Amino acid sequence: MKQEAREYLRFLWRCFRISFVGDWRYYSWMLLLTGVALLGLNAYCHQLVDGLAVTGMTDQVSWGLYIANFTFLVGMAAAAVMLVIPVYIYKNEELHDLVVFGELLAVAAIFMCLAFVTVDLGRPDRFVHLLLRFNWPISMLTWDVIVLNGYLLLNMHICGYLIYCAYRKRKPSRIFYIPFVFIAIFWAVSIHTVTAFLYSGLGGRPFWNSAVIAPRFLASAFAAGPAFIILTLQIIRRYTFYKVTDEALKLLKGIVTVAMAINMFLLVCEVFTEFYTQSSHVVSAQYLFFGLHGHSALVPWIWTAVVLNTVALVILLLPFSRSLPFINLACIMLIVGIWIEKGMGLIIPAFIPSPLGELVEYHPTINETLVCLGIWAFGLLCYTIFVRITIPVLSGRLTYDHRYRMEPDSAGLPPRDPASDSSPAHP
Amino acid sequence: MSASEMNRRSFLRGGVGAAGGLAAFAAAVSPLKDYDPSELSIGKFLQKHYKEMTKEEMEAALKRIADDVERRFEVRPHLRDVKPMDGVEFAYALDIGRCIGCRKCVHACVVENNQSRSPEIQYIRVLEMPKGAIDVEKSNHYYDHEKVPAPDKSYMPVQCHQCANPPCCKVCPVEATWKEPDGIVVIDYDWCIGCRYCEAACPYWARRFNFAEPGIPKDEINPDMAYLSNRPRHKGVMEKCHFCLHRTREGRMPACLEVCPVGARKFGNVLDPDSEVHHILKTKRIFILKKDVGTLPRFFYYFDDGYGDSRKGTGR
Repeated sequence: MKQEAREYLRFLWRCFRISFVGDWRYYSWMLLLTGVALLGLNAYCHQLVDGLAVTGMTDQVSWGLYIANFTFLVGMAAAAVMLVIPVYIYKNEELHDLVVFGELLAVAAIFMCLAFVTVDLGRPDRFVHLLLRFNWPISMLTWDVIVLNGYLLLNMHICGYLIYCAYRKRKPSRIFYIPFVFIAIFWAVSIHTVTAFLYSGLGGRPFWNSAVIAPRFLASAFAAGPAFIILTLQIIRRYTFYKVTDEALKLLKGIVTVAMAINMFLLVCEVFTEFYTQSSHVVSAQYLFFGLHGHSALVPWIWTAVVLNTVALVILLLPFSRSLPFINLACIMLIVGIWIEKGMGLIIPAFIPSPLGELVEYHPTINETLVCLGIWAFGLLCYTIFVRITIPVLSGRLTYDHRYRMEPDSAGLPPRDPASDSSPAHP
Repeated sequence: MSASEMNRRSFLRGGVGAAGGLAAFAAAVSPLKDYDPSELSIGKFLQKHYKEMTKEEMEAALKRIADDVERRFEVRPHLRDVKPMDGVEFAYALDIGRCIGCRKCVHACVVENNQSRSPEIQYIRVLEMPKGAIDVEKSNHYYDHEKVPAPDKSYMPVQCHQCANPPCCKVCPVEATWKEPDGIVVIDYDWCIGCRYCEAACPYWARRFNFAEPGIPKDEINPDMAYLSNRPRHKGVMEKCHFCLHRTREGRMPACLEVCPVGARKFGNVLDPDSEVHHILKTKRIFILKKDVGTLPRFFYYFDDGYGDSRKGTGR
């Protein structure tokens, strides 16, 4: 037991060490992220001292970029399940060695989610009140606390266990991870459903008070998440020796296409119901898509998103999207499009006009934007470190009896081994 | 290059990196030196939820809060915890035909309840609408006339409706806001974590958040205070109208009612058949703002048109 604990601590130490090893590109990337993360921390310290007045939020628009990013990232976290399902339910071989990158993305995304809700709190020092008087099951926010932290633990356990087994050169025992994998599948759906219920349960906000919010959240998450993973996997195979087949990417592309088509369909359903009815509930949608009484801050955003999403879907549906550059283009457009749609398009318009008919627009401040960028940089930093550790461990280059050489020149991110490369399209 | 030289070089590089990282981190958190440490006292941190405090703990909390008020405003407040009265459920009725939009209630409320002057926080919002339909979408919040009422305009003051089915209390993750037995929805300012979910949930836009530390001139502090009502707040917490519970639970009328020059505001115990509000609710035409959201407000608008019937109007 003691021996085992010592071995585990050594594993952690080696993970720590290896996250500082890489070539100049790795160092530049990590330095950039660290710099932006520190800028964000600095901006957050200003917010702690001066209050949320340093943001663009007001009593009229009381949630802004923080909650918008939070919502988007819950979707990114939930999207890991789109790799898990093919592998564990349909026994897909192509994705088998890649599923862990999806789960690691979920962990990083939940870190970012928790950071975004924390910076949104007026009194983060009273965080402990959540433990002392938890309004469960009445408040949907308490459900969100449970499902997000539960999902984080599930994914940390699954990834951590599989990676540590690879490090110890042991065969993972199914009982220790398969049940958790299946729980995590349902749990992934729950995190985004609960987050949608957070909004759709408010009768005083007609823009959110719609049953289609949860399905739309899931559809857009299952498009944006795998799209992000497609891009990540290509970076991994470009700069490391880890094997990623084109077939795996194509499979993910198929998932993105279907999810995106469903997302667009649900959007059409929503837009039709709002605008054809022309009830007084349509004002927020009117403001979002066309502007209201000369106020139109969100109009350019939402139409950018609509165009990006539509073009991305068309590209994915047409035959020429079999080539990777087109898939990448579509993925980037779609991630940006869905980010706008969830943030500028879903959170903010619900507050405009206010319940008393007042039109106050929301303009994020620089401080607020820096905090957001800082959290994104922190999340990407975490994800990069996870991937940095995972690749040598899973490919057997860092094991308990084989200490990975730490000199950056020879061991940083070595050039790919041509023998292990199966895709002629990418020499 | 020898092995020991290599080691020395990598050690130096690591040392320089760590020192640089620490320096950058210290620079990043440097704004915290302006953080007011009094906000982080142990007593405050350990203070329990309002409903969980024993009598002694409440005494201690009240003393601590009074000290805090004295330190900030150089006034020793008359601070107490006023409990609801038995057999009382409050209701508020506002004669919408009589209101002239003078906003005297708004200002009386600010003074009575120690609301922040800078940035401005006001619990009551008076909407100016064209005469005819009551439609908040057509309202003007920032009317500024020489004289009120302006011709062809009608006025509707809106404040917390103290709903019997309050969505704000439902959504609060830490139960920092709840409905009292006399119907008043209150906030424990020392328990609120500032997530603003209640503000998003409120259909009447009744809640206000302290985005910055409230600014109140020292000589304008109202020292007559209660724990759940008008004691000064800090930044980062929610506040709203509480029917002046430090007055009304001791038999006085709310400040907004006392100041109204036309007597448009009526307040009282709806369970008492002899009360004015009881009579109004029984005999007048009543309008409930946003009745369709189903939150069952305790704040009613009525038309004193002499018909004397009790048909209940609906609408937004």
